Amino acid sequence: MMRAGALAPVSFGSCSAILGARFMQAVSGPVLETIGVSKRFGGVQALSNVDFACRSGRIHALLGENGAGKSTLIKIIAGVVQRDAGRMLLGGEEVVFATPREASAAGIGCIFQELSLMPHLSVADNICITDPPRRWGFIDGRAQRHIAADALARAGAEDINPSAPVSSLPLSRRQMVEIAKSLARDPKLLILDEATSALTAADVTRVFKVLKRLREEGLAIIYISHRMSEIAELADDCSVFRNGQHVATFPAGTKSNTEVVEMMIGREYSHAFPPKPKRDLRGVQPALETRGLSWESALRDVSIAVRPGEILGLGGLDGQGQMEMLLALFGALSGVGGETLVEGRPVTLASPQSAKACGIGIALIPEDRKTDGLMLPMSVRDNLTFAALDSISTAGIVSSRAENAAVADMVKLLGIRMGAADDAVGTLSGGNQQKVVIAKWLLNKPGIILLNDPTRGIDVATKQELYQLLRRLADEGAAIILYSTDYYELIGCCDRVAVFYDGQIVRLLEGDQITERALIASALNISTADQGDVLLGEASL
Amino acid sequence: MSELVMQLRRHTNPAVLTASGCIVALLIAGSFYSANFLSPNYLLQQLQVASFLGIIATGAMIVILLGHIDLSVPWVVTLGGMMATAAAGWWGDLGAALAIPFGVACGALVGLINGIGTAYLRVPSMIFTLGMNAVVQGLVVVHTGGFAPQDRATEAMHDLATERTFFGLPNALLLWAVLSAAMIFLLTRTTLGRKIYAIGNREKAAYLSGINTRAVTLICFVISGAMSALAGVLLAGYATKAYQAMGDAYLLPAIAAVVLGGTNILGGKGTYAGTIVGTILITLLSSILSVMQIEEMGRQIIYGAVIIVMLLTYGRGAKTQG
Amino acid sequence: MSRLRYQLLEHRGTLLAAAVFAALFLVYISNYATGLNAAVATTVANKGVLLAIVAMAQTLPILTAGLDLSVGMVFVLANCLASELVVGGPLQTAFGIVVVLGAGLACGLLNGLIIVYGRLQPIITTLATGAIYYGLALWLRPVPGGDINSDLADAVTGQLPGGIPAMLAVLMAVVLLVWVPFRNSVTGRAALAIGSSETAAYMSGIPIARVKIVTYALSGLLAAIAGLLLTFVTYSGEASSSIGGTYTLNSIAAVVIGGTSLMGGYGSAIGSIFGAFALRTIGDLLFVLDLDPLWQPLFQGMILLVAVSLSALRLLKIRNRLDLFS
Repeated sequence: MMRAGALAPVSFGSCSAILGARFMQAVSGPVLETIGVSKRFGGVQALSNVDFACRSGRIHALLGENGAGKSTLIKIIAGVVQRDAGRMLLGGEEVVFATPREASAAGIGCIFQELSLMPHLSVADNICITDPPRRWGFIDGRAQRHIAADALARAGAEDINPSAPVSSLPLSRRQMVEIAKSLARDPKLLILDEATSALTAADVTRVFKVLKRLREEGLAIIYISHRMSEIAELADDCSVFRNGQHVATFPAGTKSNTEVVEMMIGREYSHAFPPKPKRDLRGVQPALETRGLSWESALRDVSIAVRPGEILGLGGLDGQGQMEMLLALFGALSGVGGETLVEGRPVTLASPQSAKACGIGIALIPEDRKTDGLMLPMSVRDNLTFAALDSISTAGIVSSRAENAAVADMVKLLGIRMGAADDAVGTLSGGNQQKVVIAKWLLNKPGIILLNDPTRGIDVATKQELYQLLRRLADEGAAIILYSTDYYELIGCCDRVAVFYDGQIVRLLEGDQITERALIASALNISTADQGDVLLGEASL
Repeated sequence: MSELVMQLRRHTNPAVLTASGCIVALLIAGSFYSANFLSPNYLLQQLQVASFLGIIATGAMIVILLGHIDLSVPWVVTLGGMMATAAAGWWGDLGAALAIPFGVACGALVGLINGIGTAYLRVPSMIFTLGMNAVVQGLVVVHTGGFAPQDRATEAMHDLATERTFFGLPNALLLWAVLSAAMIFLLTRTTLGRKIYAIGNREKAAYLSGINTRAVTLICFVISGAMSALAGVLLAGYATKAYQAMGDAYLLPAIAAVVLGGTNILGGKGTYAGTIVGTILITLLSSILSVMQIEEMGRQIIYGAVIIVMLLTYGRGAKTQG
Repeated sequence: MSRLRYQLLEHRGTLLAAAVFAALFLVYISNYATGLNAAVATTVANKGVLLAIVAMAQTLPILTAGLDLSVGMVFVLANCLASELVVGGPLQTAFGIVVVLGAGLACGLLNGLIIVYGRLQPIITTLATGAIYYGLALWLRPVPGGDINSDLADAVTGQLPGGIPAMLAVLMAVVLLVWVPFRNSVTGRAALAIGSSETAAYMSGIPIARVKIVTYALSGLLAAIAGLLLTFVTYSGEASSSIGGTYTLNSIAAVVIGGTSLMGGYGSAIGSIFGAFALRTIGDLLFVLDLDPLWQPLFQGMILLVAVSLSALRLLKIRNRLDLFS
């Protein structure tokens, strides 16, 4: 199904008579339907007896905490895992997909949370990977570039060069390639699993436009996101999942946010953010201070100070230098200019090791817990104590007693839900994995805690636990820097927010100044409130 | 579920069990051929021979656990034997006394360079240690070609490799046992062991946990080099002389022993007990094949087939990824 | 404009390897008593092409982030087989060649089948199958010997009209008939995709099993071609584990010098060819520079070590230390 002609936006409707006929049918019946589908992973019932249906021309949102079964359901639909029981109908006919290849051939396009791009290959190679255009049996590079350019245009990402290797693109552009790639296959059913989590606000807007157009063209779209605002804007239907069960399906806009969240967590939705204490910290010596920090072109003359008991937020659009700021403070960057002081004393941070050991200790909760934070095949115990081995060992020999005590403490403190401490950490749910990453650093009792978007892809209940924990740590005297892509989080959690734009701090918001409007306006580096208002809609927050 | 059951479940793994079962099966099958296979003397002799391979496999394993590989084994083994014998020739009685530590130190030095290349220059270990193997070979060739070196093993080397000083057990076996105990302790009880497994699983996460991953890698390569050289010292003592290419036959069996013992060739997973069992299995297999007077060609084929079949029973990867 | 830049970027490994070879060869030839003539070129080609084709064989699995430690042994097995079969009249010779190449293909196929359906690591699988292939070679040729169609051998190791070494023409033919079609086929693209990220390739619906099996089978075929050529050079077969081992290890070195990433997903067999020639030239340099042959292994090892260590220069450019780990 890889013909250049079929890729132009207008041509979809006239794509083929057969497809058209399918969509006519779809008015009466669903495009895809599951009946009594169940799936078990080891001891965990991931899905039990799920009936679900989605129709063409509609965007169907799946809601639920991590581990509720959404991801398992779409993996079954996409052929990544196989169901244990139940039936699946595509256009009224029963189907079984043994591999993603079979699902893809049947017209199911998937955009996964974990990227499915080959980094060394060019954008065009990636977009056309399954069925490239051929001439004399060999790949036709020129036709392939055309197809790729068309698909990119269709996804609203004309700026990406089809010849560029994917590894040279920043994360948000790669995600756009991913979207273009699945569009290039002319799917009947498009599934997006947290596909927008890595995108910048501008890209989200463009993707939404594309999705709305595809809906007009008659596609069925399944959409998974933890951002309620996105769902409110896009979805026609919503299905809520909890503990592997399909709880309810209802038309979008017929339930309040509170009701939806209650359905998701199965209990009353309590106040999301802990109260911020009113404290005057002005005279207190900062735990961490930077003076004129600079690095490459990503950081330019950044000066901040964070005091014990305070949560400092880093705001702004994605990729404005916030991540580099945290890495610089953790010793992971070389050639950093300017000065860093811990408790008033200048320090040299040449490695995470030196950051961990310096003064009151610095901890970094990295962005990607799976690759940067945890050794997934190793046990919960080994992961938990790994950053604090010195505290549970003498002369390099680990004390089992001290180790078990430390693990028990942390499991209790953070409410980590797990089987045994010997189980591989990879078997825990995403939220619990994140708790392990945080616990591993808390064992070190750091005075300064840096967090890089710690709630990305985490369920609502765990998010709330983390907010409470951060406030408690601050109350106990830690200085915290929190980078978040979620503006509500910055508003709810932070005492002050430094907004980054192009490697610089453009605004420092404090107390009541931290509002959605102020955050967005300064993120776009616009000073007047009026313009901020106008842009609010387009930034789609 | 008592603590004991948990402990048992943790410490037995399919690789060790299967390989142990194969050892027993080999011995029983061999005993039909000749009752000698079950005699204590034959078994002790096999263990003595296994200890040379076992010591090399110890070094190979620690590097494999990191997710690296040490291909400089062949000539580091030779270097260990050559330098130990040469020390006696260069420095007389003092040299004879220092022969063993000197040989081991030379191997450790090569390991140090391997470590620097791999950890600090970040050259893939497969290619750097390959180059290092060629360099050491070159050094040994120049050393032996330029002038006639002393190549007779010293008394102490000979005793260490062949004598039975305590309870009628071969000294080499005792040495292997002591090193094994130390290795098990290192891997299970120490922070260094933890760090080795962590780096083998994901070096970036270990680095971001504030671990000096380069230093750990360096230490492991030094240990690997020292172990290979120690085995070379023993082999020279066993054969009463050091000779060129004496280590050539040990690289692949050492890697096979480690992998047959259930260690993941990509690092991060494996128990030292497995390496011990794997070493004994390999040694026993080649011994029985040669006792049965199967020709070299048959031995090679059986050897390769056994490794494949064994791994097919327990060393398989996950069915699908993602 | 920027497409050209990306293409240069894609082929920088190959270009660098070609430059290294050119520089070494220049030093070699300018120190060679007679300078460059047809006879010298033929000698160089006959030595270099064998390793070049084995290196090509090694490149294919490495592109999929695998490894084939049995290439050297397939090379030796093909050599022994050819010394038995590639004799007599044209028909029998042709039949012999087909059998030799078919045997190589079968060896590679077996590797691929075990790796894919046995789900074993390539490095350890090919280590074990290498032992089996070596055993078979010993069975064929317990002692060195055998024969070869000498007319054909003389033709292949001689010169074409115009003084071009015939061996280079054979290499060109192999490149054009095996590598170029592979590289531009859907399967070759898929092999690179698997090396780049196997998970992503699976998610994208690439038939991973088939692609890997084809890749290993082609690797066996190439190794057998090299083994056949070896027979033309030596006029005999020898089951030598040291020849097999040396060729396997040197093929990995050639692949790395040729700019192919051992992590897979990036590289080219053309680079490996230049890498192989560069390696061979290093060995010959000593000869023309009149060094004691005793120093040759050391010199060769040092050059290899220095060459691969030069890649450490890229570390100086790394500003984000986390990039070290990717």
